[in-house]
This record gives sequence, C-alpha cells and structure tokens, in this order.
Amino acid sequence: MQQAGAPARWVPEKREQTWLAWLFDWKPFLIVICLMPAVGLLLVFLTYPLGLGIYLAFTDATIGRSGVWVGLENFIWLAGDPIFWGAVFFSVFYTGVATVLKFALGLWLALLLNNHIPFKSFIRAIILVPWIVPTVLSAIAFWWIYDPQFSIISYVFVDVLGWRDTNIDFVATAWPARWSLIAANVWRGIPFVAISLLAGLQTIPPSLYEAAMLDGATSWQRFRYITVPMIMPILAIVMTFSIIFTFTDFQLVYAITRGGPVNSTHLLATLAFQRGIPAGQLGEGAAIAVSMIPFLVFATLFSYFALARRKWQQGESND
Amino acid sequence: MTDAAAAIPQDNAPETMAWESKQRRFITIYLPLSCFILILLFPFYWMTITAFKPNAELMDFKNHNPFWITSPTLDHINHLLFNTGYPSWFLTTMGVAIGSTFLSIFASTLAAYAIQRLRFRGSPYVGLAIYLAYLVPPSILFIPLATMVVQLGLFDSPLALILVYPTFLVPFCTWLLIGYFKSIPYELEECALIDGATRLQILRRITLPLAVPGLISAGIFSFTLSWNEFIYALAFIQSSERKTVPVAILTELVTGDVYQWGALMAGSLLGSLPVAIFYSFFVDYYVSSLTGAVKE
Repeated sequence: MQQAGAPARWVPEKREQTWLAWLFDWKPFLIVICLMPAVGLLLVFLTYPLGLGIYLAFTDATIGRSGVWVGLENFIWLAGDPIFWGAVFFSVFYTGVATVLKFALGLWLALLLNNHIPFKSFIRAIILVPWIVPTVLSAIAFWWIYDPQFSIISYVFVDVLGWRDTNIDFVATAWPARWSLIAANVWRGIPFVAISLLAGLQTIPPSLYEAAMLDGATSWQRFRYITVPMIMPILAIVMTFSIIFTFTDFQLVYAITRGGPVNSTHLLATLAFQRGIPAGQLGEGAAIAVSMIPFLVFATLFSYFALARRKWQQGESND
Repeated sequence: MTDAAAAIPQDNAPETMAWESKQRRFITIYLPLSCFILILLFPFYWMTITAFKPNAELMDFKNHNPFWITSPTLDHINHLLFNTGYPSWFLTTMGVAIGSTFLSIFASTLAAYAIQRLRFRGSPYVGLAIYLAYLVPPSILFIPLATMVVQLGLFDSPLALILVYPTFLVPFCTWLLIGYFKSIPYELEECALIDGATRLQILRRITLPLAVPGLISAGIFSFTLSWNEFIYALAFIQSSERKTVPVAILTELVTGDVYQWGALMAGSLLGSLPVAIFYSFFVDYYVSSLTGAVKE
C-alpha cells in the first residue's frame, strides 16, 4: 500500500513518509476519523437528547429551573387528564384514517402514472410539488381555504352549485375540524406515497405480466398476484415512514387549528409543545412526548423486518 | 427509465378495438389523473391568486369571480418586502439551510465512505444505527434539545439550527450516499491502491468525482428539508428578525383577529418560491433521491 516500489510514471506530487501520512493511511484510524463527524453529531444532538427527554419526563423541570426527580408523577397526572387522552385518541385516529386514505389514493395515482401517458415526467414533477413546498405554508393556504366566511369550497357549493344554503363549517367545531386536518394531511402525503410506489412498480419485470396474460389472467388477477406481492416490501417501508411522521405530525395542526376548537384536535406533539414551551412545563411536555415512543418502537420493528425480508428475497448479502 | 417500451398495458388487452380502448383509457386513466392533478395543485393556484388580489376583491365574492383577478395588484408583495422583516427572514433561512446542508454533506460523505468502502467489522450495524436515527422524529426531541440549546448559550441563535438540523439530514444523506457508493465499481479503487494512492487520495480523486450526482441529490434534498423545517425553528428562535421564513410567516404575519389573507398568501408564495425554483432545476435528482432512499 505504501509507495515503496511504485513505478516512476505515477507519483505526480511529492509525498513524504511522515508519521501523519502514515496515520491517515492506517485503516482503523481512518475509519474512526471518517465516522466521527456523523456519529458525533448524532450522539450529541440525537441520542443524548433522547435520553435527556426520558429523564425530563420523570422530573418537574420548568423553563429556567432544572427540576427534581418526581418518579411517575407526570404520567399519573396525565393519566387523569382528559385533554391528554383526547390527544391520544386523535393521534391514533388521525394516523389511522390518513394512512389508509393516503395509501389507497397514492397507490391509485401510482398505477395511473405507470401507464404510458404523454408528458409523463412533467406530470410526475408537478405531482411532487405539494411535498416540496414547506408544509406550514401550504397549511396556511388550507387555513384560508377553510375560512368560515370566504372559503372557496363553500363558495362553490353554495353559490355555484347551489347544493347548500349555509357556508360549510370546516374548523369551528370538533369533528369537521378533525376531518379537515385529515384531508390536508392526505393531500400533502399522496405525492410521496405515489412517487415511491411508482418506483416500486417500475422495478417489476414486464415479462411477469406477459406470462400472466398468456396464461389468461384478468387484470384484477395480475394486480392481485403480481403487482401487490412485488411492491409489498417497498410499501411496508414507505408505510412505516408515513405512520411515524403522521403520528408525530406537528406543523399542520399547529398552523391550521393550534389544537382548537376546545382542545379537540390536539395531537400528542402539539400538546407536548403547548405544555412544554409556551407554558414552560418542560417535565410534563417531555412526558407527553415520551408517551409517543412505544408506538414508534412498534413501527420501527415493523420496518426492520420488512427490510430484512426484502434482502432475503433478492438474495443479496446483508451488507 | 422504462417509459414507452416497458409500459405495462394495465387495462386494455391488445385485441380491443381502437375507439373502445381510447374511451376506456379516457375514463380509467386521464379523467382520474386530471382530478388528482387539479386537487394537488389547486391550493397553489389559490395561494397565487390571493396574493395578487386587492383586498376589495378578496372579501367580495358576489361581484367578482373568486377564481380570477380583475385588477391584479402588487400591494401584498410590496407590504411583505418593505414593511415586514421578510428580507432578514429570508437571509436567515438561506444561511441556516446552506450551513446545515454543508455540515451534513461533509459528515455523511465521510460516514458513507467508511461504511461502504472501508469495510470493517460491524460496519453494517453502524449503517443500521444511522438508519434508525432517521426514524426518531423531531417531535420527541425538541423539548430536551431546547434545554440543551439554552444551556449551550445558543438560544435564539441560528447557529443552534445549523447544529441541530443534521440530526435528520445526516441519516438521510448517509443512506443515500451509501447506495451511491455501492454503484461505483470497486475495481477503480483497487487500481488506484495498486498504483500507490493513499485512501484519502482515492476518496478525493476517484470516489467523490464519480459520486457527484449523488452529492447533488443529497445536497438539494438537505437544502429543501432545512428550508421546510418548522418545529425546531419555532422552539429555539424567539426574536422576530432571526426567525426562519416558515415560522415567521405563521407567527409574525398573523396579527389580531382579522387575518390579512393577502399578505399571508403573498408570504406563503414567496416562502415557497425558492424551493419551487430550486426544485424545477433539479427535478430528476429529487425523484431519483426520493426513490433511491426508499429503495435502499
């Protein structure tokens, strides 16, 4: 590896065999040096805060005062708090309904895009726009679309189509507000799901479909027995990501309703923020945030096994 | 990549008659597809149209067709650029996004190279650990990070954001670059090793030049993600002029009970525009990195 016997035509620059040069060519040292920035950043700003968050959940820390250990007091207090249980309910409901809708519509869109259509790459590009634009800013647009007085949707239904006499109530009462938020989340999530699944669809060899057609399979059978099994691994991974980031969603709810009306649309993340930062109850906020962890662990295990299965299917070595 | 030749005839068998298949294609493909595009793009249309409408038209649907502007105005944009802190928000966000992007690319290139090319015992586990870090969402980290930021004396400083954003950028970029390095033939590096190049020379002269598309993908993705980040910026920055664009538009422009929809939409439009323009230049990189990261 050293340049002891290297022929003269290589060696464009002079290189002394200092101990430093030797050190940088010594593999164990190089590995440590290369991994240090990434692993250091992640340990300091991800692993440590994760531990600190779990610790804070068992203290009564407030802003400006590092609290003392209070054991399970925060959790016991939360267990008797209907607003917390409301947030748990809405987080699960929001994640469940939004995920189902996102994947049903996203898969449909991916199948549509997988056809031979004109301007395909252009269409694919504009479909990703909702995903590229900052979520808060598109949420503000939705907030304006959901305006009680000047909603464009109300205008269409009341003045153009004449189907209703009154404006639609989008965010003023609990259930309509919940559905409005889910609609905004689905709107934002469809592009990601569709484009990822499209990538999965394009890896399916066309010969499989040809073989199935020769065997007389109907289009539903081709979908059920070729498409679905072939995109299952990628679907599982995309779904894990989607579930995790929908469950811990913050921006949409914070921008459109801020948890209102009367705390009916709080997700765990917005409740944790409200209790933790503006109200200053860091311990309680951390306890709410920590209560999301069991759910995330479940989703991560799901992802890991989906990944392992995919590698096994492709016959790749585990590297 | 598998456009015309490999397109799969999903819905029409080859022997159906031409007119029938055309009709069917219209109903089963083009109609739903246009509905999707219409719904996905409508909020942006509405945002743009509102940003250029005078207030009188904005609140009067009876005399003006809300879907069109009769007398477009630049008032809202003017107000945003000259009466608010928008220019300073913009510069802050730009600085934070560029800073955290460079930091993440630097860290993740080295890490990906170590994991993929300097194979060592346990390198798959390091890769897996970095992947798992991607699954830790900011929502459970912002409270402890806020206390850390205060203790480090970085509260209300954009530097805090530059240091914290790599927590979600590094896992993503590392994973993307591992996949990229994998596609570069190892033989090239072996040749260089035989010719007496050092490992660092190999990284600088051979691997990095070949990985440029991957680096661009990772870079534009990191830039977009940092531009769009919300919860950390909301929690760590307090003074108005240091806020990032998404946070500032939501917290600084919403004043009182009567919302200035024109200004809000102009702000949203101008806040989205940089990423949208960026995106239009690098569409293919976005699509390939999005799908690449998922497939890895």
